[in-house]
Amino acid sequence: MNASDLIESITGRFSGAVVSSHTFRGDATVVIGRQSLLEAARFVKEDAAFEMNFLMDLTAVDYSAFGKQATPAFFASSGVAVTPSPQIPPQIPDDDPWPGPPAESRFAVVYHFFSTAHKHRLRLVVPVEEADAEVDSLTSLWPGADWLEREVWDMFGINFTGHPDLKRILMYQEFEGHPLRKDYPVNKRQPLIGPVN
Amino acid sequence: MPMETTQTPQSAPAELESRDMMLNIGPAHPAMHGIVRIVTKLEGEQIREAEVEIGYLHRGFEKMAETVDYNGVIPYTDRLNYVSPLINNMGYCMAVEKLLGISVPERCHYVRVILSEISRISDHLTCVGASAMELGAFTVFLYMIKAREYLWELVEKVTGARLTVSYCRVGGVKGDLPEDFAEPCANAFEETRKVLKEADGLLTRNRLFADRMMGTGVISAEDAISYGITGPFLRGSGSDYDVRKDCPYAVYDRLPFDVPVGTRGDNMDRYLVRMEEMEQSMRIVERALADMPPGPVLVNPETGRPIPAAEMVDEAKMGNIVSISGASAVTCPTLEGSNHTQHPSIATDEKRVFFPPKEDTYGNIEGLMQQFKLVMFGHGVRPPAGEVYFPVEGANGELGFYVVSDGASGAYRVRVRPPCFAIMSALPKLLCGDMIADMIPTFGSVNMIGGELDR
Repeated sequence: MNASDLIESITGRFSGAVVSSHTFRGDATVVIGRQSLLEAARFVKEDAAFEMNFLMDLTAVDYSAFGKQATPAFFASSGVAVTPSPQIPPQIPDDDPWPGPPAESRFAVVYHFFSTAHKHRLRLVVPVEEADAEVDSLTSLWPGADWLEREVWDMFGINFTGHPDLKRILMYQEFEGHPLRKDYPVNKRQPLIGPVN
Repeated sequence: MPMETTQTPQSAPAELESRDMMLNIGPAHPAMHGIVRIVTKLEGEQIREAEVEIGYLHRGFEKMAETVDYNGVIPYTDRLNYVSPLINNMGYCMAVEKLLGISVPERCHYVRVILSEISRISDHLTCVGASAMELGAFTVFLYMIKAREYLWELVEKVTGARLTVSYCRVGGVKGDLPEDFAEPCANAFEETRKVLKEADGLLTRNRLFADRMMGTGVISAEDAISYGITGPFLRGSGSDYDVRKDCPYAVYDRLPFDVPVGTRGDNMDRYLVRMEEMEQSMRIVERALADMPPGPVLVNPETGRPIPAAEMVDEAKMGNIVSISGASAVTCPTLEGSNHTQHPSIATDEKRVFFPPKEDTYGNIEGLMQQFKLVMFGHGVRPPAGEVYFPVEGANGELGFYVVSDGASGAYRVRVRPPCFAIMSALPKLLCGDMIADMIPTFGSVNMIGGELDR
C-alpha cells in the first residue's frame, strides 16, 4: 500500500483516536491518541493488508522548544548571533508542507513500523502530556520494544505501562534528570558515582 | 604387613549440592569488543540467564546533534559505527536531503555507493577477523586486517582520512574521486580476494572453527524480526531483508548484486553470509565504477588553467577578476576534488545548501557570499519544518536517521536507529542455553560497535 492508502486504512479503523495525519516527503504518518496505541499497533502487526512485522524504531521528541531554538551552546561565545525570525518563511520550496508538531502536548512518542512482506513503512506518533507522561508498552507485541522503551524512559522520562523492567539503559542509575529533554542543559555536569550493587 | 585402607563413604549423586553461579563478564574484558558488561547465571558451564548492560560509551550524540548546524553533525556521525563511517555519513546526509527535498547529481550517488561498499567490506573484515581471532585463528585476523589496510588506503586516497572521514556533505560529497581511482581499487580488491580465499581455506572447513560456530547462537527469523534485528545477522536466519534491495536508495536499484541468506541462523551461517557479502560488495563497486557517469576529472584532467589558490586570492584582491574567473585553482590536498571543474558532478546545484567551489569563494563576491551565508552563525542550511526517517543498509543492518526540523539552522532532533542495538537486546536470548565458551563466537557475530550502540 502507498502512504495515503495506509493512512486511509488506519483512519477508517480508528476514526475516534486519529488526531491528524500527513505524508510529508512521502512518509506515512498518523498521529493517534494514546488510548488506542496498543490496539493500533496490534492491528498494523496482524492485519493482512499491513503485516508490519518490524518495530523498526521507537523514540520520542520533546516539542517544548519547537520554533524557539535557543542560541546553540557551542557557539554562544563566538560568531555573529543572528536570531532566526519566525516570520521568515522556509527558504526551500515545499509543496507538501508539514502540518507542524502533533499536538499541544510537550512530548510525542514516535514509532516506525516496517513490513517485509509489503515493503511499506508507517510512522505512528503518540502525543504525551508532561504531567502524565505515560503510554502503553509494546513489549507484549515486540520483545525488541523492551530496550527501546528503556531508552526513551532514560532520555525523556516517559513511562511505559506494562514494561517488565523499566530502568535506565544508557545513563547510570544515579543520574538525575532526562538528558534529551530540551530543558536539560547540554553542558550540565553531574558527579559520576559507581553502581550501587 | 598388610596396608590399612581407609574407606571413604561414597555419597549418592542426588545429595551433591548444586548451585547456580553468577559470573560477571566485562565491562573491560578481552572478549568484549568495546565496553559492555554481561552478567550471566551459570549452571555448570551452561548459561541459564544473562543480563546485558550497555551505555559505557554514551557520548550524547543525539543531544550534541541538536547544538550544531546540519553539516556540523557529520563529524559526530563518523563516530557512530567507526569501522564504516562512510555509511553513517551517507545515511545522515540523505536524511537531511530528504528533509530539504533535494537530490544530488548521479555521479555523487555513485561515489557515495562505492565508498559505502568499500566501508562495508572493511567492516565485515573486522568482524570476521576479530571473531576468528577470539576462537584462536590469529592468522586470519592478521590477514584480514592487512586486507582492511588496503581498503583504508583507498578511503584515504578519496577522503584524506582513514577513520574519521567526514566525507559526505548535505547535498553532495567533499570532493570527487581521484582521477586514477579505478586502478588502485582493482589492486586493493585483488589483494582482498586473495585474503578472503585464504581465510576461507583456513576457516570454513576447519573442524576447530566449524565446531564452535555451528549450532551456537541460534535464532529463528521470526524471533530475529520481533527483536528488530536486520542486516547480515537477520539474513543468516533466512530472511532476505536488505534495505538496498527492498527500499532501494541512491543507485542501488541499478547495480546487480545478490543477497546471501543462511538457513540455520547460527554463527556459522552469519559468518558465511558476511563472507559472501564482501564478494557482493566488490561486485557492486566494480560495476559502479564502470557505470558511473564520467566527471570532468575523468574526461580531461587538464581542464581549466590551474593556478595556486594563494595566487588566486592575491589576484582577486588586486581586482584582477577577469583573468581568474573560470580558472581552476590548485587547492591544498584536503580540498582536492571540489575544484570548479569537478564541483557540478559532486554537489547539488541548490546554492542554499552546498558550498561553492573554492575558486569562487576566493575569486568572486557571489561565491564569497554563498560561502558566508552557509558558514555564518545563524545562517547555514535551513530545511523547512518537518520530520523524515531515512534508512540505509549499514554494515550491521538498517541504519535509520529520524530528523526533525523546526526551520532553524540546526536540527531540532536527530535520532539514529543503531542496527546493533536491536541485536544486543536479543543477546540474552541468543546466549541462554549455550555454553559459556559459545558466548565468544556469538558475541563476535553480533559485531557490537560501542560507538553506535551507546551513541
